[in-house]
Amino acid sequence: MADVILRNISKRFGSVEAVRDLCLAISDGEFVVLLGPSAAGKTTTLRLITGLEQPDAGSILIGGREVTHDPPGVRDIAFVFQQYSLYPHLTVYDNLAFPLRSPARRVPEPLIKKRVEQTAELLHISGKLKNPATRLSGGEMQRVAIGRALVRDPAIYLMDEPLSSLDAKLRAELRLELKRIQLEFGATILYVTHDQVEAMTMASRIGVIRDGRLLQLGSPREIYENPADSYVASRIGAPPINFLPARLVPEVALPVGTEMLGIRTEHVQIGRRNGGRLVGRVHRVEHLGEQNHVHLEYKGNMLVTLADPHQPLDAGEDVELHLLHPLYFDAAGRRIPATMR
Amino acid sequence: MAEIRVENLRKSFDQFAAVERSNFTVPDGSFFAMLGPSGCGKTTTLRMIAGLELPTAGQVLLDGEDVTFRRAAARDIAFVFQLFALYPHMNVAANIGFPLKCQGMRRQEIRERVAETARLLRIEHLLSSKVSKLSGGDRQRVALGRAMVRRPKAFLMDEPLGALDAEFRHLMCSELRDLHDRINATTIYVTHDQLEAMSMADTIAVMNGGRIEQIGSPQEIYDRPASMFVADFIGSPPMNFLKFESGLRAGERSVSFRDLTLAVPEVREERAPGPLVLGVRPEHIRFSNSAPVRGRVFGAEYLGTTQIVTVDTAYGRVAARLPSSLSVQIGESVGLSFRSERLALFDAASGSAIRTANFGDAGHG
Repeated sequence: MADVILRNISKRFGSVEAVRDLCLAISDGEFVVLLGPSAAGKTTTLRLITGLEQPDAGSILIGGREVTHDPPGVRDIAFVFQQYSLYPHLTVYDNLAFPLRSPARRVPEPLIKKRVEQTAELLHISGKLKNPATRLSGGEMQRVAIGRALVRDPAIYLMDEPLSSLDAKLRAELRLELKRIQLEFGATILYVTHDQVEAMTMASRIGVIRDGRLLQLGSPREIYENPADSYVASRIGAPPINFLPARLVPEVALPVGTEMLGIRTEHVQIGRRNGGRLVGRVHRVEHLGEQNHVHLEYKGNMLVTLADPHQPLDAGEDVELHLLHPLYFDAAGRRIPATMR
Repeated sequence: MAEIRVENLRKSFDQFAAVERSNFTVPDGSFFAMLGPSGCGKTTTLRMIAGLELPTAGQVLLDGEDVTFRRAAARDIAFVFQLFALYPHMNVAANIGFPLKCQGMRRQEIRERVAETARLLRIEHLLSSKVSKLSGGDRQRVALGRAMVRRPKAFLMDEPLGALDAEFRHLMCSELRDLHDRINATTIYVTHDQLEAMSMADTIAVMNGGRIEQIGSPQEIYDRPASMFVADFIGSPPMNFLKFESGLRAGERSVSFRDLTLAVPEVREERAPGPLVLGVRPEHIRFSNSAPVRGRVFGAEYLGTTQIVTVDTAYGRVAARLPSSLSVQIGESVGLSFRSERLALFDAASGSAIRTANFGDAGHG
C-alpha cells in the first residue's frame, strides 16, 4: 500500500472539461469516496489514475513516484468495476488466482494458493472455491470480483460503483463487509459512487465532486455538519436539507450577506401554536415506520421535518416552527460562518 | 371513480400457482400498494384486474359490477407501466392527447383536456417540447398524463418509478401522492420497494409466494407485522431476529430467553416449548452497560442524524439505530437493552406472529 497524490489534474474531452484542476491526496490505508452525479468526472478521475487516460495538465504520484506518463501495467493498481466480469469457464479459485498467474508477475503456485485461500476466507467464500464462477449468486460474484483485486497487493484499489448493480439488501451487507476488509487489510481505496449512503457509511473522507471540480473534501461528519456550500449541503442527508430564503425568517439575527438558510430535517422542530411567529401548515404526513416525515408549508416553501411515528398530526394543521442550528449561505450559495452567540 | 374488489382470485400457470385466493377491497379514491419480491404474484394480480390476464378462478368487481371476463379496453382503467413508451416523433401535447384522438374526440375538446391534465401534472411549460429532450422524471409525468387524460375510473401502476435512481424516486413518490390527493383517483400500485409503498399508500398488501401475508396501513404493518416475512421486508435495516427456545403462557409479561429473562408485551396465547424468534426493530435498541444481552461492535455506519451500529452477539448479528452523537469503537464490548413494549414474538417454524398485547389483532392475510 502507498499514498496517492493528484496535483492540479485537468482533462478535457472536446468542449467538455471533465476534470478541472483537481487536487487530492490519499494517505496510506485511507478509504476515500468521490461522491457526485453522473458526468461529474468521477470515472474520468479513476481512469486518469490507472493510466487509461492521459491528463492534459497536472501530475500523479503513487508512493512518492511520479507515474503521470507511465503505462497502466506498471502503475501497481487494482481496479474493481461496476459490472463484475468473471471468467465464466473458470472456477472461483482460478478466477481469484488469475491476476497472480500473469506472466508479468510469475508468482510461485504455493504462494498463489496461500493468497487465494486467505482472500477467500476474508470474503467468506472459502466453501465456493471449486464452484464454476457462473454458479454463484450476484453477491458472491461481486465478492469474487473484489477478491480478484485483493489477491494482489497493489498500491491502491480503485473501485467504480462496485455495489450499484446489487439489490438493496445485498448492498447493505457488502457495504459493511467492504469496510471490514479495508480495515483488516489496511487497504488504500479510492471509491466512486453517486450513492450518498455508500459514501457516508464507508468513507474515511468524502470528496464531493461536481462538473469536474472537487467542492469539498472531509470526513462524513464534517461534510454533513459543516458543508462548504449549498450544493454540498443538499447532496448529503436523507431527506435532504431544507432551504428557506432569509427574508422569510425576519426575527432571527442573521450574519451579513445571508440570502439563504439551510436547516437539516432534524433541526426543524414543530410544536403547538404558542405565540411564535413562524407558523407552518402540515401538508402531508409520510409514515415510514421508524419515523414520520412531516411535509410542511411555510410561506410558499415546503419544509420536511422528522417526527415520532406515533405523534398525532394531521394535514391542514397549523404548527409553530423552531429552526435550530441553521446554516447560512450567501447569494452564490457559499457558506457564511455563524457569528458568535 | 370506483371501488375495486377482488374475491377469491386465483391464477395458475400449469402446475404453478401464481396467485392463491386473493381477497381485498380498494375503496373509492384510495391508494393501495401491492408490495413483495419478484415472483410474489403482485403483477399477475394487477394484470387480472386490468383484464390483461384471465383468472383461473374468482372475480374482479369494479364499482360492484363483475368485470372478470370483460375485455381490458372495456374496463375504463388506465395502466401505467415501468417502461413507459412515448411516441418519439410526437411532442408532449400529442403524446398526452393520443388516447383521446383514438377515441375520435373533437380537436377542441382534446386540447382542453390535455391542457387540464398538464395543469394537474404541472408540465404546462413542456406541452410543445419533443419527448426525446425530456428528463426521466418528465417522461414519467407525460406517461402519467397519457393515462390520466381519459379520466379513467382507476389507475393501475406497475413499478412506474423502477427505472429512476433512489433519491429521485423518493422525490417522485411525494409528487405522485400529491397528485393523488388532487385528483383522488382509486389507485393500485405495484412495487418491490418498501419505501415507495410506505411513502405513498393508504393501505399496503404485502405478498409472498402468491399469497397476501398482511393488509394494513403502513404504520400498522410496520408496528405489528403478521409474519417474519413482513417484518423482514418492511424497514431498513430490517427487524432483527433472535432465535430461542421456550414455551409461552397467556398473561405472562416476560419470556425465558436462553439463560435470561426478558420483558415482552403481555403474551396472549399458550405455547408448548419449541423454537421461537424474538423480533427487535433497530430503533428499539439502546446501549446500556447494565443490560444482560452483550455483544461486540462489528461496524458503525454514520448516516447524519443517526448511525447504524452492528453488534455481534451470542444470538446473532444485531443492527441498532442510535443517535450519531454516541461515540462507538469497533471491537468494543457493549450491552443491549430493548424497548420491551415494542418487541415481537414469532413462531420459528411457521414464521407467523404470536399474539401479544402489542400484536393482538395482527391481520393475517
